[in-house]
Amino acid sequence: MTALLLDLPLALGLFGAGAATLLARSLFGAVLGFISTGLIATLVWVRLEAPDVALTEAVIGAAATSVIILYVASRIGNRATPPAPPPIAQRVLAGILSALLAVLLAHALFSLPEPAPSLAAPVLDNIAPTGLGNPVTAVLMAHRAIDTLLESAVLVFAVFAIWSMAPERRWGRAPGPAFMAEAHGPLAFLAKVLPPIGIVIGVYIAWVGADAPGGKFQGGAVLAAMWVLPWIAGLVAPPSISDMRLRLAIAAGPLVFLMVGLMGFAVAEGFLAYPPGYAKTLILLIETAMTLSVAAAMACMIAGPPERRARP
Amino acid sequence: MTGTPGGSLLVLAIALPLGATLIAFVLGGQAAARLARASLWLWLALTVAITAMVIRQGEPIIYVLGGFAPPLGIALSADGLAAAMLLAGAIVLVATAQFGRVAYAAPSWEMGGRAAFAYWCLLPALAASLAVAFLARDLFSLFVALEMLTFTALALACLDGRPSQFKAELRYLLFALLGSVLYLLGCALIYGAYGTLDIGLLTGNTRADAPTRLAGALMTAGLLAKMAVFPLHLWLPPAHAGAPPAGSALLSGLVVKGAFVLLVRLWFWVLPGPPVAGAELLATLGAAAILVGSVVALRQEKLKALIAYSTVAQIGYLFLMFPLLMAGDPDAATRAWMGGMLQAVSHALAKAAMFLAAGLIVQSIGEDRVAGLCGAARAAPLAVLAIAIGGLSLMGVPPSGGFTAKWMLLRASVDTGQWWWSLVILAGGLLTGGYVYRLVAAALAPAPPDATPRPVPRLQEVSVLVLALLSMALGLLPLSMLGLAQIGQPVIAP
Repeated sequence: MTALLLDLPLALGLFGAGAATLLARSLFGAVLGFISTGLIATLVWVRLEAPDVALTEAVIGAAATSVIILYVASRIGNRATPPAPPPIAQRVLAGILSALLAVLLAHALFSLPEPAPSLAAPVLDNIAPTGLGNPVTAVLMAHRAIDTLLESAVLVFAVFAIWSMAPERRWGRAPGPAFMAEAHGPLAFLAKVLPPIGIVIGVYIAWVGADAPGGKFQGGAVLAAMWVLPWIAGLVAPPSISDMRLRLAIAAGPLVFLMVGLMGFAVAEGFLAYPPGYAKTLILLIETAMTLSVAAAMACMIAGPPERRARP
Repeated sequence: MTGTPGGSLLVLAIALPLGATLIAFVLGGQAAARLARASLWLWLALTVAITAMVIRQGEPIIYVLGGFAPPLGIALSADGLAAAMLLAGAIVLVATAQFGRVAYAAPSWEMGGRAAFAYWCLLPALAASLAVAFLARDLFSLFVALEMLTFTALALACLDGRPSQFKAELRYLLFALLGSVLYLLGCALIYGAYGTLDIGLLTGNTRADAPTRLAGALMTAGLLAKMAVFPLHLWLPPAHAGAPPAGSALLSGLVVKGAFVLLVRLWFWVLPGPPVAGAELLATLGAAAILVGSVVALRQEKLKALIAYSTVAQIGYLFLMFPLLMAGDPDAATRAWMGGMLQAVSHALAKAAMFLAAGLIVQSIGEDRVAGLCGAARAAPLAVLAIAIGGLSLMGVPPSGGFTAKWMLLRASVDTGQWWWSLVILAGGLLTGGYVYRLVAAALAPAPPDATPRPVPRLQEVSVLVLALLSMALGLLPLSMLGLAQIGQPVIAP
């Protein structure tokens, strides 16, 4: 009964926030709906006892994505004429298809085998050689290390894909538009006060990931926000994309990961295998480099390609 | 035990281009261009070695990553399908890299260096993405491969930096992301049902229950959106025709094939006794794509739009093999399988050659309307020759690779009594002949008297012609080489 008292409002809230996002009449209304959806989803993951997913949802789903969407909305908000709604037949058809998919999904979910087949037990049996305390990190850094390596490379791909869309005249400059300095505004105040605390929190989340919920993606995202804030407030000039140190910071994570992986051919069982006794040290080394890279890559993604337009 | 002999080659096929991408990104400038080219040549050598190894062993090569065997860990494997696709990918990428030495000669941080920097980062990135898509044996790793492919494809298409192209690419991105979400949803259902995403462990162990069927449907729909199968094809022509020539060649030749390999793995390795009705639906969509794509291609005004619609049609052929494989006739199934593989490989080579050649022609005579191609044969003879040869392969004229592919599909459809597909193949061949004739006839027409074509760099012409000749040479391969496709061919219960 108490479980239902907690879960029912969460489920209804998630549904309501989703509906509010879809039905919002203004751009900012939709953005607010989106942020609330992310926050409620975070609580849902907490209730499902998946703290790692909850943390990721909060940092990536609710915070980082929202910052990007808010930023875009604020840039197009004044000029955008709302597009004409699609024809009613198209909307009805889309609604029917979505409802059908929802029914089929519900049916499929209820016909899944009970108890659910799971790899949780073998993961716990194989956590010892990694020296880690957090099984999620063991899966990400050892058992399924190739996926994590490739995902970290996707971040680098995304950065050069974004940069490649820069206008020719701004190529080689700092990422993002040229932000105006605003020494005394509320943004400047935040940009001065938040980073000292935020950096400590970001580093802590990344560090604690080895043994508790947390890790490089979540910690790196917090650090990225703390780095971008002073850029947007115009307090600090971002490094230009022609600065090799910036590109090294972005690529360091996957590079270190790849090198440690290849080293496995010589000193361990093979690619992406860790030598016995050194697993945790090597994993921490990779995680440190990855935290730096996630922070730098996400900061560059939020800022966008180098461009000439000033802040609206 | 980390796998079969030669397994570490599979790791290198992913690690080499990935490392090259990352280092090229950090270094920038001429070093990036040189590193990218060197890594692609090495990658070609690696894919040749992998193919040789697969042929010699007569069975798939496997490598278990990190010493954790599936289901806990992840394995890579190269069967005949993977080896053939890798080799085709490497040939196209090396040729495109040689082609790009002229157009993207000066990567730098100064004005004008943007496209070249992106180009030399993107080429090895695409190689790494394809390697993962062809070699991974885990449904989630394959999802990561799809993401890698989407990002590289998007950036390749926007290489010119024209804002008008962004709109076409945004539409592509919407289709691609929808496809990714549907695929991921299917992965989640399969993990919920079986507790593993390893294709090797799933083979033969899946049940025909509600979650599996829904997962199959969702993942198939997602992959069809990514492959631009009729009627989800509307994003492809503007996205592929508007990209710069090197981008179009890679998008049309290679990127769509990544999703195709995933679809084949899903249908014939994962799904339980794949549904015949579903296979017939796929082939019907394919047939519609062949007919509609070819007819629309016939009516195109612009050279590159015509070639892009031809891609819509040629992708359709890949789907004809699905019902033929399930007819319960082992000989016909083998023919259909080899026909499908050959179609994927020969289209990759021929279409890349045609797009690159089209780029050369437009650059030389400054005209991209089909009607304005007169004089092209004099201005860029080797490029026109490449278009003609590639076109012959698309039509299915002997002795091209396209001929062998279409002939095998035709035989399989007659042998299994599904003769209606052979009508589609023949009609498609005639329509293809029509639009290839339009191109070649226009290019052979005499130039207007005031024409001042710009000379075409020899390196570019030669790399394009080599690609076209290779697509032709596929038809001359001895049948024993075609046996490569059969290594690891799935056994499909009727």
